[in-house]
Amino acid sequence: MRYESPATIENAVDLLANSDGHAFVLAGGTDLLVRMKGDDFNASLVVDIKSVDGMGQIEETADGFVIGAAVPCAALSEHAALVAAWPGVVEAANLIGSTQVQSRCTMSGNLCNASPAADSVPAMVAANAQARIIGPDGRRTIDVADVPTAPGQTSLAKGEIIEAILLPKPGARTGDAYLRFIPRTEMDIAVVGAAVNLTLDTDGTVQTARVVLGAVAPSVVVVDAAADALLGSKLSEDTLKSVEVACVAASNPIDDKRGTVEFRNQVAGVLGRRAAAIAFERAGGQS
Amino acid sequence: MTSIAVSTTINGDDVEFLCNADETLLDVLRNRLGLMGAKEGCGTGDCGACSTIMDGRVVCSCLVLGAETQGREIETIEGMSEGQDLHPLQAKFIEHAALQCGICTPGFLMAAKALLAAHPDPSEEEIRFWLAGNLCRCTGYDKIVRAVQGAAAEMRGAKT
Repeated sequence: MRYESPATIENAVDLLANSDGHAFVLAGGTDLLVRMKGDDFNASLVVDIKSVDGMGQIEETADGFVIGAAVPCAALSEHAALVAAWPGVVEAANLIGSTQVQSRCTMSGNLCNASPAADSVPAMVAANAQARIIGPDGRRTIDVADVPTAPGQTSLAKGEIIEAILLPKPGARTGDAYLRFIPRTEMDIAVVGAAVNLTLDTDGTVQTARVVLGAVAPSVVVVDAAADALLGSKLSEDTLKSVEVACVAASNPIDDKRGTVEFRNQVAGVLGRRAAAIAFERAGGQS
Repeated sequence: MTSIAVSTTINGDDVEFLCNADETLLDVLRNRLGLMGAKEGCGTGDCGACSTIMDGRVVCSCLVLGAETQGREIETIEGMSEGQDLHPLQAKFIEHAALQCGICTPGFLMAAKALLAAHPDPSEEEIRFWLAGNLCRCTGYDKIVRAVQGAAAEMRGAKT
């Protein structure tokens, strides 16, 4: 295995594009190094992108936030403007792993690892985040939701790297939230995750909403029926019940030692309604 | 496999070493530099026994490549005391009997050091969450939490 730490993103793309196919991008390494220790792992090249300018930076622009692909999740919670704008995204990213893992893990890596249970992905999808990708043919920007295609699989072509995650600037009266269920209080993988992002109209009713579930299907599930139930409401009990029912209906999980299908379906409903309530409150809503 | 030449700083000293591309910082510390304080527990970032501090953030050195430490500043348990003078965390771990077998202790101390640098007056809940990535199978954690609280109080007192 060869290790390269190119100084420019173009060099990184070249290295990956000209590799034999067993090449990997290294940002935080909290998934990659674990995989490297497996007997069936075969890498000929690891391209560390942390020496590339801007990869470790969070930039606030007129349009929102540009979060470099190597920004560790711990740095997200230290960025006051980002926390104020997207508290749900930051709390989701901060749920990944331990303090030690937080020092290294990145949202781009969480996305590219393409685990169905990735904590930051439902929150990013709810927030309408995009991924800026660079490859041999130049740059393209796609919705975060379109990156993972199946467990462990992404839509990135050979030689392509996520350069940054783009979060829009939230409009007035916007709130987001992410909740997950794990069997213990820390250091575990989501059994169910639920993210909600909503914006209120001037009269305090929900004007736009996104409800997204994680860990209950091969990729994140955008629950349009739950979002529709929220529109025009002030989150009455009837509305919340509809959100819950819609989340249960959209949940399509596996049965494993950490949760049965029945349990995951029920928890998806509970977390969906609770996350909606938190997002509503953060948006300044009053029931 | 071609070795990679790495220049880094460990406990304030300039250090140069050669390593292979797939060697971790933990491998380098223990096998090439003779710094045996960081322990290998799980090797997959779950147990925290190999915790070191890199550029001010606590990391599992089993999840860092040696090559990645080029130009970085690494702190290990070997740099914690000032000669024979123990760091307050070390002294409080002894006072509270916050260790039994001791395998997890260097990792706990490094993680706790990073905690107190970021949060000089942490609540018990903050201590427990911060240290959730450090596993101890002997003490039951209470003594460790008391030791960290004691060291935090002493370090705050020393500053005023």
